[in-house]
Amino acid sequence: MALLSNTAVLLGKELRTEFRSRELLTTTTVFVLIVIVLFSFSFDPTSAESRRFGAGLLWLAFLFAASLMLQPCFLREQTSDTLSALRLSVSDPFAIFLAKLVANTLFLLLTELMLLPVFAVMYNVPVLATLHWLILVFFLGSLGVSIAGTALSAISAQARMRELLLPLLLLPLLTPILVASTEVTAALFGGSPYVQWKGLGFLAVFDVAFLTTLWLLGEYLLEE
Amino acid sequence: MTPPSFSPTGIRFENIDKRYGGLYALRRVSLEIAAGECVVFAGRNGSGKTTLLRIAARLARPSGGSVSFVNSRAEKVETLLPAGFVAHATMVYDELTAEENLLLFARLQGIAEPAERAAKLLREVGLEERRKSLVRTFSRGMRQRVAIARALLNQPAVLLLDEPATGLDPQGVNWFAETIRGLRDSGRTILMSLHGESEVSNLATRAIQLDSGSVVADTRTGANFRSILSFAGA
Repeated sequence: MALLSNTAVLLGKELRTEFRSRELLTTTTVFVLIVIVLFSFSFDPTSAESRRFGAGLLWLAFLFAASLMLQPCFLREQTSDTLSALRLSVSDPFAIFLAKLVANTLFLLLTELMLLPVFAVMYNVPVLATLHWLILVFFLGSLGVSIAGTALSAISAQARMRELLLPLLLLPLLTPILVASTEVTAALFGGSPYVQWKGLGFLAVFDVAFLTTLWLLGEYLLEE
Repeated sequence: MTPPSFSPTGIRFENIDKRYGGLYALRRVSLEIAAGECVVFAGRNGSGKTTLLRIAARLARPSGGSVSFVNSRAEKVETLLPAGFVAHATMVYDELTAEENLLLFARLQGIAEPAERAAKLLREVGLEERRKSLVRTFSRGMRQRVAIARALLNQPAVLLLDEPATGLDPQGVNWFAETIRGLRDSGRTILMSLHGESEVSNLATRAIQLDSGSVVADTRTGANFRSILSFAGA
């Protein structure tokens, strides 16, 4: 119970500070928008090409945006050493991770859902018919990105060259998520009547495996 | 300050080692800090003062040895949130108000009636009128008042202060000294590291000098209080 109540309190703090500053949401939304527009101008894809390559492009933009969003996740806690204050206050340090990864998932999901209509219009991809499935893929993919990214953010925040380290560690680690999410999304963009349960299942397994690892090892990631 | 509602608690360091790679930050440090003592740690930069305090706060794990809390009869006691910790860094969120900061940490610590506790502490540190202001609009002295209030939320029996007066103006140091005096007189155990002899260090009842991670002088074993404090500014 203490874990859940601590997580809820910390999640409230994460949401309050972000909606007060809007730093992360603004940055990532603008970044993904720029990437989508630039790719559109560079390739000028036909509708068929968009259905084939659009999903990969979209998820690449999401991953790069996530690496931007996750960078300050633990760095911000170092400015006034608030991480120490949190560690002194919570009974289970996993609550710190859990709150941050839930907040990151929400921010990523919000960014993705805000930009999906822009993508659909610019790339002429129908999304309305499969919107509920797309939301599920975005959720599972974003959750996986946030779990791995939050853990790596804690590691990289204590390292030298921390700004470079996170993307270098994160992007290779997230390749399986990129591949699975892209396949499922591409099938949905292509109007396939069948949802790729295999891909969705893989994303769910990835999320559970990484969350369990974080639960087991998270305490050590916060130690000095 | 808040009337005492804690059990007098001391700290026992037994053969504490702390290594970072091959470098020893602390080497076989053994100390018995009795309940109610006010101890100042002196020593050059890198002598191990901060590391020792962070180990006492359980923010760092010793490479060897153990740290435990003891009652007034020197028996080990188990306690989950024993120590309040104040450092040079304020350990509060700039983007939250003073009140929101205290409420956040009070709720995390499971304190009953967090709003009342936060309001009481803000009154005690003289920030009641600025409770709705964001901490980033505060002066260094005001931030440190919030930090003190945060550290006192769970009415800790032990206070760990790592150079808390650094950067404070003379008025701030005076206020801080008065606050520490009140906390010391309430029976709390206080361990602090300070730079330079000041009104705050003069409140100590015991001084310990660290050098290269080892205890080299202790007033309990006959060392001179003033000569140890002179190292605090070295």
